[in-house]
Amino acid sequence: MIRSGPGYAAAAFVLLFIFGPLIVVFAKAGGGVIPGPGDWAAIRFSITQATLSALFSTLLAIPVARALARRQFPGRGVLITLLGAPFILPVIVAVLGLLAVFGRSGVVNTALIWIGLPPVQIYGLHGVVLAHVFFNLPLATRILLQAWQQIPAERFRLAASLNMTAGQIARQLEFPMLRAAAPGAFVVIFALCLSSFTVALTLGGGPKATTVELAIYQAFRFDFDLGRAAMLAVIQTLLVSVVALMALKFSRGEGFGAGLDRVVTRWDAQSTLLRLNDTLVLILAALFLLLPLTMVVVNGVAGWAKMPVQVYSALWVSLMIALLSTVLTLVLALPLALTALRRGWVEVVGLFGIVSSPLVLGTGLFLIVYPFADPARLAFVVTGLVNALMALPFTLRVLIPSLRASEQNFGRLADSLSLTGWTRLRLLLLPRARRALGFAAGLTAAMSMGDLGVITLFADPSRATLPLQMYRLMGAFRMEAAAGAGLLLLVSSLGLFWILDKGGRGDVDT
Amino acid sequence: MLTLEQLRIVQDDFSLKADFTLEQGRILALIGPSGAGKSTLLNVIAGFFPPQSGRVTWQGRDLTGLAPGKRPMAMLFQDNNLFPHLSVALNVGLGLRPDLKLDQAERVQVEDALNRVGLSGLGGRKPGSLSGGQQSRVALARILVQRRPLVLLDEPFAALGPALKRDMLRLVRDLMSDIGGTLIMVSHDPEDARMIADLTSVVADGTVSPPQSTAELFKNPSAALRAYLGD
Repeated sequence: MIRSGPGYAAAAFVLLFIFGPLIVVFAKAGGGVIPGPGDWAAIRFSITQATLSALFSTLLAIPVARALARRQFPGRGVLITLLGAPFILPVIVAVLGLLAVFGRSGVVNTALIWIGLPPVQIYGLHGVVLAHVFFNLPLATRILLQAWQQIPAERFRLAASLNMTAGQIARQLEFPMLRAAAPGAFVVIFALCLSSFTVALTLGGGPKATTVELAIYQAFRFDFDLGRAAMLAVIQTLLVSVVALMALKFSRGEGFGAGLDRVVTRWDAQSTLLRLNDTLVLILAALFLLLPLTMVVVNGVAGWAKMPVQVYSALWVSLMIALLSTVLTLVLALPLALTALRRGWVEVVGLFGIVSSPLVLGTGLFLIVYPFADPARLAFVVTGLVNALMALPFTLRVLIPSLRASEQNFGRLADSLSLTGWTRLRLLLLPRARRALGFAAGLTAAMSMGDLGVITLFADPSRATLPLQMYRLMGAFRMEAAAGAGLLLLVSSLGLFWILDKGGRGDVDT
Repeated sequence: MLTLEQLRIVQDDFSLKADFTLEQGRILALIGPSGAGKSTLLNVIAGFFPPQSGRVTWQGRDLTGLAPGKRPMAMLFQDNNLFPHLSVALNVGLGLRPDLKLDQAERVQVEDALNRVGLSGLGGRKPGSLSGGQQSRVALARILVQRRPLVLLDEPFAALGPALKRDMLRLVRDLMSDIGGTLIMVSHDPEDARMIADLTSVVADGTVSPPQSTAELFKNPSAALRAYLGD
């Protein structure tokens, strides 16, 4: 068999780097800073925006998932693939796209003013919720679509033979499914929105629209109030832990699910009204997702020439960080996954990345580094490390099922041929996990490339990743240059994902 | 010589007893209803599943606790007998060296084995591009290079058509006489037993009957066999 030693070592490494900073933060917070009114407001806002974001994402996903579940049309596969894109889409790029559509001089407001209506305001609570819905409506749709497809086709056949109407089918088959699946989608999205930082940083802010993550950043960056930052970090950790545990209970490997290409024949949904309804829903959903991205591309092409030279050095920094995170994640994930096949608790260690927020980890690492060295000099390494820990749960969720399938199908054959240790890895497990490894590497690289989190705590003005550089350009109101950088970031994130994922698809016979 | 000594297998509410000796060079068929424990017995002999009590010995040597790959036996399963990502030649080569660091002589040996089973020139192909019968031949070529004195077949040809299955069983019989080894095969088809097995055991009602001459057994079927055959 394969030895467990490396897996335990990887688990120890993860525990050290997730709980070490936490313990330091706890110790620092022991100083007796009690939350002030601003801190309570941040907690309230975090929960309010997460609740609204999860609610709207889940509710709006119901008609979209229903339309996708019962309609076959050209472009359906592309649309479903697109629903997976937010995982690898840099948040700051999406924000830029949303600003171009819903911002002060965006498409929507231009149209509203033209027909004589008052313009809408994107900054504040509704902007934060809008951006979160943009990111999580696709996720909710995928979760619900998967649940829809778990209703056996035979049920719909039976319903058709009983001449049930669309409404009766909804009551008998679809509502019970939604009652089971929708709360899961809600909790997962609630957890994701609770620790969202970039959206709050760019569209929130001010006393009325500050999340706990953002408050940590502000306490740190503006006031350099370490005690308060640590106290907020403790609160954030507790909040996220509780919700993440709930989310983990609900989530069962959705989001990456294969087999979304099946369409069940629905004899009940052939009326013109229902067809029109589904068509309209899908067009609106596609517009909502595609319009901001199109604006990123259009404005990016226009602003390409206006990009300052720092953008290109930031691109290299980001690429290096992305590769560092990817290598580190795989080096940790592989032994963890191999050991987790026999010792389930090892996977739980890898999942701790979900519980800890990057800003909290960053705070702790800053407190550890600060007495010894200038944290800014370690900004890139720390960013790569934190990104790797954050990507670890996703990587394990992809890798473990693949390894488990290999062992289930070929484990006895490998045993009977004495394939053990490194040989088993080289001849059986790695070749068969190639697809999963490529996908996980692509996911990690793209997430790391587009991340704007811990780097904001560490970097000084002379250092920047591409997302940070872009944020600085936006802050300086150099929107054209920011748009160019946004397009560059979009292309490099998606490109990294495409290359690595493609690498895993090569000449594999399954 | 394979000996099952007071072997008792328990799995949830299922249990099976076996106690017999099989001489070198014989072909034994295990027949009986599905769920009676034929495959489980093979898995215990191969070391994939531990018995609750009793021992499996080979030439007087106790095999209990030995890893499957360390036992003097080769096994073919119902499916997944080949790694789909490795070429035919490498799949066969695994029988010689699990790390696939094959020298020239070993590569020639693989080529010879492929010729022997009628797959000359197909060594570079992946299993997915072969027919079901050809895939079975690849697995048999591996058995041939492994040269283990005991071979266990857990109905690897069940998915093939009747004519193809007969071809495979004949090939198995010929290969076994090449190797001079002992064969135990699971089957639910009495025809398989009649065709190549000189001995047959009936697995039913929680016991494995001691091996008897196949011809005699079918002439005077036991109660368990009569119940299984349904006449």
